[in-house]
Amino acid sequence: MVDAILFLLFAAIAVVCAINLVVQTHPISSALSLVGVMGALALIYLQLGGEFIAAAQLIVYAGAIMVLFIFVIMLLNAGKERKLPRRLWVTYAGVPLLAGFIGVAAFVIERMLPPSPGAKFGAMTHGNPQEIGRSLFQVYLLPFEVTSVLILIAILGAVVLASKEVE
Amino acid sequence: MPEISLPQSVPLTWYLILSAILFTLGVAGFLFRRNVITVFMSIELMLNAVNLSFVTFSYKYKQVDGHIFSFFVMVVAAAEAAVGLAIILTIFKNRQTLEIDEVSSLKN
Repeated sequence: MVDAILFLLFAAIAVVCAINLVVQTHPISSALSLVGVMGALALIYLQLGGEFIAAAQLIVYAGAIMVLFIFVIMLLNAGKERKLPRRLWVTYAGVPLLAGFIGVAAFVIERMLPPSPGAKFGAMTHGNPQEIGRSLFQVYLLPFEVTSVLILIAILGAVVLASKEVE
Repeated sequence: MPEISLPQSVPLTWYLILSAILFTLGVAGFLFRRNVITVFMSIELMLNAVNLSFVTFSYKYKQVDGHIFSFFVMVVAAAEAAVGLAIILTIFKNRQTLEIDEVSSLKN
């Protein structure tokens, strides 16, 4: 009962913030809505027993990545989007099409997923940092090392791109 | 007053449907918005929705692999954000615009 109420609360926050992200025309408002989505999702991860992932979500996504976004928005002094006329069918068919897509996805999920006991807070105990670390450094050691190379390449790429002089 | 009956535990389909809704909203932002930074944030929203599916299935099978995968998605998203924002900075330096419709040199 409490689980369902909490899930609905966090899901409502996430969905409202996501809609706000899409609707707002100023990028700063969108960025703050995205922080709201990420916070709500972190709480939902916690409910599903993903303690490590919830913390990483808050630190990496809501902390580091969003700070980078807001930094760039401030640096470029990005303003409101200009209003441009859209094609007629986009205006009238866009939202119904997306709603239809959600409906089909929900139907398929409801029909295809084999019945399983619902989620209860505390039923999943494998998401703590100890278990994650054991799996990460034993089973997934090679992918983990590859991501370090990926990050290094990304840093180099970002530095090269951002320091390029305009002729 | 009608009795609202909530389940004792949250069905896993609810989490997956929430994930589908967030993913669709990300697609909507990706398609409808013209500011390149907002488009980029919509991509992050889609990645988050996928992470939620991973964690849900990790819960279903009581295994930690889904968490590891969503951790990797986070790492890739961080790298992508760094490179993507550097590209946006370069575009802005060269074109003085953030509108994706005006950056169309590769078209045709």
